[in-house]
Amino acid sequence: MSDTKSPFIVEGKLADNERLKAQSRHLRGTIEQDLKDPLTGGFTADNFQLIRFHGMYQQDDRDIRAERTKQKLEPLHNVMLRARLPGGVCNPEQWLAIDKFADDYTMYGSIRLTTRQTFQFHGVLKPNIKLMHQTLNSVGIDSIATAGDVNRNVLCTSNPIESEVHQQAYDWATKISEHLLPKTRAYAEIWLNGEKVETTDQEPILGDNYLPRKFKTTVVIPPQNDVDVHANDLNFVAIAENGKLVGFNVLVGGGLAMTHGDKTTFPRKADDFGFIPLEHTLAVAEAVVTTQRDWGNRVNRKNAKTKYTLERVGVDNFRAEVEKRAGVTFGESKPYEFTSRGDRIGWVEGIDGKFHLTLFIENGRILDYPNKTLKTGCREIAKIHKGDFRMTANQNLIVAGVPADQKEAIEALAREHGLIQPDVSAQRLDSMACVALPTCPLAMAEAERFLPDAVDQLDELMAKHGLSDDSVIFRVTGCPNGCGRAMLAEVGLVGKGPGRYNLHLGGNREGTRIPRMFKENITEQEIMAILDELLGQWAGSREANESFGDFVVRTGVIAPVINSAQDFYD
Amino acid sequence: MSANSNNQNTSVGAPGAILSEPQWNAITQSISGLSAQQLTWVSGYLAGLAASGQALPQSQAAAVPSAAGEAPVLTILFGSQTGNAKGIAQSLQAKVEAAGYSSKLVSMADYKPRQIKNETHLAIVASTHGEGEPPDDAIELHEFLGTKKAPKVDKLKYAVLSLGDSSYEFFCQTGKDFDERLAKLGGKLVVPRVDCDVDYEAEAEAWVAKLIETLKDDFTSAGAAAVAMQTGSAVAAGTAAQVYTKKAPYQATLLTSQKITGRDSVKDIRHIEISLEDSGITYQAGDALGVWFKNDAALADEIITLIQASADQEVTVAEHTLSFKEALINKLELTLSYPGFVKAYQEASGCEALAKLLEDKAALRDYLADRQIVDIVRDHPHPVTAAQFVAACRPLTPRLYSIASSQSEVEDEVHLTIAHVDYDAFGNRHQGGASGFLCDRLEEGGEVDVFVEPNDNFRLPENPDTPVIMIGPGTGIAPFRSFMQERDAQGAEGKNWLFFGNPHFTQDFLYQLEWQGYVKSGLLSKISLAFSRDQKDKIYVQHRLLEEGKDVYQWLEEGAHLYVCGDANQMAKDVESALLEIFRTHGGKSDEEAKAYLLSLRKAKRYQKDVY
Repeated sequence: MSDTKSPFIVEGKLADNERLKAQSRHLRGTIEQDLKDPLTGGFTADNFQLIRFHGMYQQDDRDIRAERTKQKLEPLHNVMLRARLPGGVCNPEQWLAIDKFADDYTMYGSIRLTTRQTFQFHGVLKPNIKLMHQTLNSVGIDSIATAGDVNRNVLCTSNPIESEVHQQAYDWATKISEHLLPKTRAYAEIWLNGEKVETTDQEPILGDNYLPRKFKTTVVIPPQNDVDVHANDLNFVAIAENGKLVGFNVLVGGGLAMTHGDKTTFPRKADDFGFIPLEHTLAVAEAVVTTQRDWGNRVNRKNAKTKYTLERVGVDNFRAEVEKRAGVTFGESKPYEFTSRGDRIGWVEGIDGKFHLTLFIENGRILDYPNKTLKTGCREIAKIHKGDFRMTANQNLIVAGVPADQKEAIEALAREHGLIQPDVSAQRLDSMACVALPTCPLAMAEAERFLPDAVDQLDELMAKHGLSDDSVIFRVTGCPNGCGRAMLAEVGLVGKGPGRYNLHLGGNREGTRIPRMFKENITEQEIMAILDELLGQWAGSREANESFGDFVVRTGVIAPVINSAQDFYD
Repeated sequence: MSANSNNQNTSVGAPGAILSEPQWNAITQSISGLSAQQLTWVSGYLAGLAASGQALPQSQAAAVPSAAGEAPVLTILFGSQTGNAKGIAQSLQAKVEAAGYSSKLVSMADYKPRQIKNETHLAIVASTHGEGEPPDDAIELHEFLGTKKAPKVDKLKYAVLSLGDSSYEFFCQTGKDFDERLAKLGGKLVVPRVDCDVDYEAEAEAWVAKLIETLKDDFTSAGAAAVAMQTGSAVAAGTAAQVYTKKAPYQATLLTSQKITGRDSVKDIRHIEISLEDSGITYQAGDALGVWFKNDAALADEIITLIQASADQEVTVAEHTLSFKEALINKLELTLSYPGFVKAYQEASGCEALAKLLEDKAALRDYLADRQIVDIVRDHPHPVTAAQFVAACRPLTPRLYSIASSQSEVEDEVHLTIAHVDYDAFGNRHQGGASGFLCDRLEEGGEVDVFVEPNDNFRLPENPDTPVIMIGPGTGIAPFRSFMQERDAQGAEGKNWLFFGNPHFTQDFLYQLEWQGYVKSGLLSKISLAFSRDQKDKIYVQHRLLEEGKDVYQWLEEGAHLYVCGDANQMAKDVESALLEIFRTHGGKSDEEAKAYLLSLRKAKRYQKDVY
């Protein structure tokens, strides 16, 4: 480890999470003892945190928490598992295994596609956790480091048309993910009954205390910004020449999480460090991670993420350190442009002649509903599909690499099971929510369960103002931690309390402007009344092709956030 | 109140029906000069003594010396599981003593079987439970009398009263066995054996009267014991007065009826809290609460309609005259069905189908297995008179529930853990009589008649340092909640180990939060859980016992007391087999030795069961 005397290290009493990471024997803790404890369905003390490094969160059904207390029962503890699936890609065999486990061993019976471009199992009881990991392992999937203070699942633009560039970008996403993974064998030992070897694990990149805070990485292929680079600590912007990937612009320090009422926290966009050729990719990824590892704030977890480190040490210092550690010099950024973030729903033909079907999955929740058997549909498709599946950062699903002669059969299945629906509004396609209640312990307000109705109301307002062919990027997140990425929406709702949200306005469609809070702690009715008014104004006096987010900024409804560290709370 | 009295002492003559002249004289002599306060205390003391069923220790009871060898003694042996047989035995003794005869009241558990050869007069009151099995108290004696080791009893005059439930195949089997075995050994039955059904009171009384009448010739009143009073002698803890009894219950208030299984459970198990406020009722860990319940009024109405009777028709039940509908709700058993009802109802209605059914015992048993009285009437509605219907029904009997609380913790409350019997069958909703009343029909704040039924066969060890193993799956957990509250309050140092089982961990872990608390505090040293349906193979408490066999045996060797509560038909038997296997495997014992070991535990009151 370099330069322990760096002036950029925050001195002080370390946060308690630092203690538990240090004492965890490389993420083992006493998880195995907890697995054997029949008295509770939960994990105790440090293990509650440590299982996150293995890709799981302890949750409970919050809807019935009070009821169960009266019943003299503990909360209905279970875990949520977030798989590690770089770029969101899996094959049909893997899909079938995922599908079956969700049916057989999860309380909710669903596969939840998430904004981290992977899937989650919700409601797995403690006795089934090992089986879950072993089942996934049998088809080559793990959940190492998809949560906790580590580099999490690496995202990659799901661009199906540029098939060759996508393949290269995806390969890099996988390599980066592997390179930055914890090296501890704790995962295999605990969950896969791996052999316990009496040697000391080494964590040359992450360090024995791992990172100060969560760390998120993407590989993005412009002009798509589906992965939302500004929500991530480290982004590799793919630069292609003649259909071949040549290198990346490196964007560092994005992140959306904040804490209600704490103005030292704020969403922040990533800074462009410059261009690197492909061969330096892993070295640079490692250097950014180790710099953040050494300089990140381990005293105050609320200021521990890369974005705050950049603010504290200065972008130039951080970049210089990365250059030093990686042994490279950033070149001038190559020009690129983001034009959209949404997925193109329906069929497209890739330049390789294969077809790709993007299915809109509301809330990413793949489940058999009474009128649309989405889960069965995906399973039936997986049974005949020869290509792969790609989960998108917008929580949708792509049936990718379909040869021409299978197109018809797959489309028939998708229609039969309601995976293709003719009447989905543009507004619905551009709306997104995190999971929130009843499973997420952090949620302050509804998100996923609120979204469908909220979009119904928005659809009515859009129709009322003659905007049915238009849409507004609308995102709901149940708490200010940002899984729903509301801090990059044109209209963002951040959960504040039951039925109450902070309303943010003024983001743009490309995801390069942070929306500012317009009204604090208001109800659904108040939100819809405000939107009714503003959408009416937009319909009446917008400029040609002017988006709603640009409109409210231009007309002074809301002042744009320019430099969030300075002006987000103005 | 002033120490001495100006109160008008009414001169009362000897209540000849209860006490003999010498007894009465002794009592009046002892209490003369006592203050009103002392008299009140003595009255409570005596009531407590009666309720506890314990005779005064010899040192305290200065018996009037009898002419040695002259007066015979009636030995009254009872084998009781729920306390009914014991109650009858006590009442027999009271009447025997009142007649001026000498007697000795002993639980079969405390009786040395070989002693039988010295007896001249013996009265046996024994219940039967399960499939013709003797109660725990009686096992040893019952078995002994059937072996070749049993002595001849040529001099013995005996009488047997059996208690049972005619809905079971081996009705009153234990009483029959005692009768048969004693006869075989040469004993002479002096009054005909009576096999009582669930509504035993009247028949039992008649048998008692007859026996006393029969004893007259052999017994003289000269040897009758007199009671000498010693004011101020201490009453053993826990035998304080039970003012309220089965016949005179306390009208209590339902405080809480809380479902304690999860919303996806197939079971509806309730935690019930009842207020005993101001009643002065006390109970001990291990006791049961008797609950008088009211039948569903809708059920009463339906029966009235089906048999075309009138709700207002006056009927007489056990000397009470009341309307037919009130009788159906408050006085008659409408949920538990039994062959006697079918027979009487058939006779009253002339129903041919039922007549046919009565001819086939096995078919009748199958038919009655899942049917309540109302189902029989629904299947075969016939006009019968209210009086005929009343005569066909058994009187309502209270249900006994193991108490799930300790007064050291809950003071004037009593808690129960009740499975709400509630299911659909034959096109209708069915509920248990008492459980339907407590869990569904009675609202919080409503009134319920209760009484404490002491159970001396289910007691924590006297020594708080003694380890305790508790096996209580399902609602069998109830007394162990009481035990843990009690041990907690005592600050007992002895180790505690609980075995619990139910279908699902997430839904059916009764009192989970409390057990977690006790494990955390260290009171509960060990907990072994068996959730039968959480995996492919069904795992029950007996499997956990076997897994833990080494430690179980070790604990027993350290003197642990072992308790089993819950289902008698399967669980208790499986647990017993598991224990025997543990003694063989971990104690290196033969079959015989294992059985003997279990028997020795039972005799030492270290293996106690409260099963139903």
